[in-house]
Formats: sequence, C-alpha cells, structure tokens
Amino acid sequence: MKAISIENISKKYILSHKKKKYQNLKESMSGFFSELFTSKDEEETKEVFWALKNVSFDIEQGDRIGIVGSNGAGKSTLLKILSRITEPTSGQVKVNGRMASLLEVGTGFHPELTGRENIFLNGAILGMKQHEIRSQFDEIVSFAGIEKFLDTPVKRYSSGMYVRLGFAIAAHLEPEILIVDEVLAVGDSEFQKKCLGKMKDVSSSGRTILFVSHNATAIQGLCNKAAFLQKGHLIKYGEVGEVLHDYMTSISKFQLQQNWETPEEAPGTDQVRIKNIEVVPEFINGSKNIDVRTPLKVNIEFWNMLESAHLNLSMFLYNMTGECVFNVGSQAKTFSKGLIKGMLEIPGNFLNDGSYYISVMIVKDTADPIFFMEDAISFDVADWREGTNWYGKWPGAVRPINIPVQTWKIDGLI
Amino acid sequence: MERDEVVIKAGKSALHYWREVWRQRELFWILGKRDVMVRYKQTVLGVAWGVIRPLMTAMVMVFAFGKIAKLEQDSSIPYMLVVIPGVIIWLFFSQSLSQISNSIVGNGNLVSKVYFPRIIIPFSSLLVGLLDAMIAFAMFFVFCIYYQFIPSWHIIFAPIFLFLAYLGAFGAGLFASVLNVKYRDIAQIIPFVVQFGYFISPVAYSSERVRNEWWYPIYNLNPVAGTIDGLRWCLLGDFADFNWQSFIPMLIFVAISVLFSIWFFRKNENSFVDHL
Repeated sequence: MKAISIENISKKYILSHKKKKYQNLKESMSGFFSELFTSKDEEETKEVFWALKNVSFDIEQGDRIGIVGSNGAGKSTLLKILSRITEPTSGQVKVNGRMASLLEVGTGFHPELTGRENIFLNGAILGMKQHEIRSQFDEIVSFAGIEKFLDTPVKRYSSGMYVRLGFAIAAHLEPEILIVDEVLAVGDSEFQKKCLGKMKDVSSSGRTILFVSHNATAIQGLCNKAAFLQKGHLIKYGEVGEVLHDYMTSISKFQLQQNWETPEEAPGTDQVRIKNIEVVPEFINGSKNIDVRTPLKVNIEFWNMLESAHLNLSMFLYNMTGECVFNVGSQAKTFSKGLIKGMLEIPGNFLNDGSYYISVMIVKDTADPIFFMEDAISFDVADWREGTNWYGKWPGAVRPINIPVQTWKIDGLI
Repeated sequence: MERDEVVIKAGKSALHYWREVWRQRELFWILGKRDVMVRYKQTVLGVAWGVIRPLMTAMVMVFAFGKIAKLEQDSSIPYMLVVIPGVIIWLFFSQSLSQISNSIVGNGNLVSKVYFPRIIIPFSSLLVGLLDAMIAFAMFFVFCIYYQFIPSWHIIFAPIFLFLAYLGAFGAGLFASVLNVKYRDIAQIIPFVVQFGYFISPVAYSSERVRNEWWYPIYNLNPVAGTIDGLRWCLLGDFADFNWQSFIPMLIFVAISVLFSIWFFRKNENSFVDHL
C-alpha cells in the first residue's frame, strides 16, 4: 500500500533583488519620499526560482526513504511540502496515515517554561494527545536524562540538554509516517548514537520514514530506498546503494586518473616526467564505489630521461586534514632511459573512510629527490559497516581489521 | 488511528479542516495555557498585575472623566461602577486585538516548523484576555460591596457580551494577523489603534452623552461601543438601558468581520511560511 504518492510537485519562489540605493541621509530622505509616490517595481528586479520542479515518486508503506542532495537541491522544500508547512505551486501529494514531522528539535519550546511544562507543550504541538504524553512522560524524561532539571526553566538548560529533551519528546511520537530533517546534525556523538538507535527501532517496527541527512553512512544503515535531488529535480529514486553511489559520484571532485600523452606536456623536470597516474579499485561484492573494504592499486608511469640512474619511488598518502597517513618507498634500482612503471597496493579493510591525496616523489641515489609531485591524485573512501547499530564517524586515520581485539570469559562469578 | 487520505495541493487547504481543528482542540488549550503561564513569569507581583492594570485604568478614568470633566454629576450611581464595565470590555478587546494580530508572526517558529490548522493560534489568544477579564469582574464585585450596590439579574448575560467583544477583536485581529505576515506595518498600526481607541468608545463615559449627536450612527460602527453598552446593561441594570442602536451594528460587524476574516485567513494560511 502506498503511504505517500508524490505527483509532479513543483515549488516556485520569487526572489526580488533590491538595488542598493541610498548612500547618505539626504539621499535616503528624498528617496523615501519619492518612493512613497512612485511605484516600487522600478527598483526591484524579480527572478523566478524553482526550488522543486516536477518531482514524482511513490513511497510504499514501511519504506525507509533517505533523501540526499547537496545544499539547495530542494530537500528541505520537499519535506516542508510533505509535512504541509508550505503548499506546492503545482502538483499534488497524497498521504495515507498519521504523519508527524520533525524538522527541528524542540519546536515551540518556551524558554520561560520548565522542562515539565515544555514536554506537554511540545508534545501537543507535535500532535500528541495529553494522555499519550502523560503515559510516556517518565520514559521521555529518562531518555533525555534531565530528571534533576524537570522544574527548571529551559532557558537555564545547556544546549545539549535542550536538544536531548527535544529529541526525547519527538522520539516518543508514534506516527505511521515520520519525517525527519537533519536533526542529527546537532548534539554530540553520544547523542547522535542514541538518535540513530531510536530511529532504527522505529524503522524496524514497520513504520514509514523519510529522512534527510548529509550522513551517507546513516542513510545507508537506516534506509532501504533513497531519492537523489539536484537543483530541484529528482535525479534518481530507488535502492539505497545505487542512489548513494550516483550521489557520491556527482559530489566527488576527485579524479581517479591523470594522464599525459607526450613528455612535452607532462609535469616533471628534464630528468623525469610523469606519464600516467591512476587509482584502480578492485570492487568486491558488486559494490560500485570505493569503500573501506575496497583494495586499491595506485599505478604510476613516468619517463626517465637519464641514461643510467639509480632511482626509487616514494609515495605519500595524506588524509583530508593534510596529515601524512603513511610514506612508503620502493627499492632503488638502476634504470636506463625509457618508460618506467610503479605500483602501490593499498589493501582493503585498511583505510578509514574519508578523502585521501597521494603525492609522489622520485628519488635519485636514495637521497636526492629529483621530482616531487604534490597531490598527484585523490580519492574518496566511503564508509561501510555491518553488525553494528552505530553510524557515527569511525575515529582514526586507518581502520585495519587485521589487528584483532578479542574477548573471552574467564570466570563465572559476578 | 485515523485513516484519512490527505491531499496536499496548491490553493487548497485540507478537506476536513474544521474536523482537524476539533481534533487538535487540546492544542488550543495548551497554547492558551502557555500564554497565561508565561505572562507573569519573572515578575515580583505576578498575577496581582491582573488587578493592578484594570484598577489603575479605572481610577485614572474616574479622575479624568468623572472629576475633571465632571461627568459624575449626572450619574445616579458611583462613577466607578459606570467606568468598570467599560474598562473590562476595553482591556479585553484591546488585548485580544493586539495578541491576535501579532499571533502568526509571534509564533513564526511554530508556523515554519510544524503543521496544524493555523487558526488555532489566533484563537488560543482568547485565554489570556479572558483570565484578565475574570479578575476585572472580581474587582467589580469588590466595588459593589464597597458601594453597597446590587448588580442587576441581567448579569447572567454578561458572558455573551464578553464573547461578542472577543469575536469583534477576533474578526479584526485575524484579518490584521494575515496582513501582518506580509506587511509588518500592521504591527505599527495596532498599538496606535489601541491607544486612541478608548476615546471613540464609551469606555469612560456613558453612550447616553453622545446619543443625540448627528454622528452617533457613525460612532456605532465601532463594535466596542455596542459591547460596552451591553455589558453596562448587564451589570448596572436599571441604570443603563439596553441600547439597540449600538447592539445591531455591532452584531452585523461581528458577523461579517468574523466570516470574512476566516475566509481570508484560510485562503492565505498555506503560504504564511513563505513570508515569515
């Protein structure tokens, strides 16, 4: 059964650009009076902006839909239309079932009211009945961990407590369709963990969820389908892995290969010039993008213009923050003039998720760097995990699995 | 649980709008209660302000109109008792008007983040004013004891006139609240109306004084005039007659303004968020 069917939704905004007009008091005074008596249209230029354009898709009951897209793609506009906060310019949406939307945590909290009073206020605003709130009250309070501050005005709360309370109330809503905007972007990792765990519970109970997030890992873990929006258009809708792959490819500013046809145009010096450098992933299990499991080969070819040179290749791997993860070098060998190939193998299940850059150094006589190519190539490693309910950022520069941690029982006593 | 199909479409708010309002009636109480609870937070005198405001207003009016303008000479009952019904209605009306006209913008954070029938917001502004009106009523009874005055049995109709005053404020305020979303000029106009409004309403004087003027029919276009005349009749009985001349225009104003404003509000409520 269809929970939501979206048919040709478009949303138009009209942006008016006002010219910057007055520089000083005299100008602004005269400008004010002339504006009183003239039509304002001359001063403004209007621009039509389509936040969403002809978006259609159906959501089956029990589906968990992730909505991805870069900033300004129309994700939030779509959620606002679905949650009936704003109306579409054209098209229609049919919604079957009780729906609750969570576009912000703690909507309608009044700073002067106590935690207790705000639970009832916020619950009612989100569409809970008073008796429902009363029966879940203790659970909400303990989920938020604010027992001691129940009768303190929320304006005295720390921002963490505020967010926790907001999410705790929302988490105890029991709608058939739940719409969640990037609420997980706030709060510490401990709290994010709790939120995602709770959402996992909700989704396993067969309810329909729409979830917007920049956290691809969370979407991968929670959702079975995804919709990819770009500039107001629906680019792809379908199985979560495929959609995420398309999305990741579209946002990736990285190239996996750099190639030069002739030594004249290639980077380098008159001793060596780079011909080709590439990252070749060895995809396993039908996966289509580089994730933490994927073994990588880095191939490099360069022209050696020296008659007889004792050369070795040194490769540097940097992460996003510019830290060097490792530096490895080849054995020095004597080469005559010609094309030389080098290869670096990075095993799967070794790198953490993130963006990496590779720099290449060609060294003569094991001590004299004759060419250093900085940021020669770059690639993204996506996250992938199984057997865990946790989708926060995995810490560490690397994530090796061949360094095992083991546990076993040694005593029966407690 | 409800199994309605909701259709979201341009220019069309929900099919079962009023049923939805009814379902969300708890929200009406909660929002109203919030306004009441917040009202006197972090004040030293607290609810006492509910007494001080009407009391001071009434005393100033008795002083200015009764003593200085010497209107009390024509009054067969203590002038305070003439003024209080006017003050009750006027404070209730003006407060409801300012609250309602600002309600959508003031609750912008709700409007832009959660859906519920928006009309609940202005409607829930009733409770704060009503509470103050109750306190002012209590004050009236204290003065009755002091002056040893027995209110007329007409007092049973008093809630009707309070309700009519609220509807008058609702009609005007709801219209203003919609305009205020787009044109914040309204937020400048309303306090101004509230400020001079009581001079053109029979708050501090009886409408008998102006009844023979040629402009009296125009004066009666102000719905407050009709409700104050009505409440005076309720509380003072034989000392104030029932004034049909102001009652009929007031009823017409209330009916038309409420219906028109609700239509206008519903027409615009789905696009509020685009202007907030």
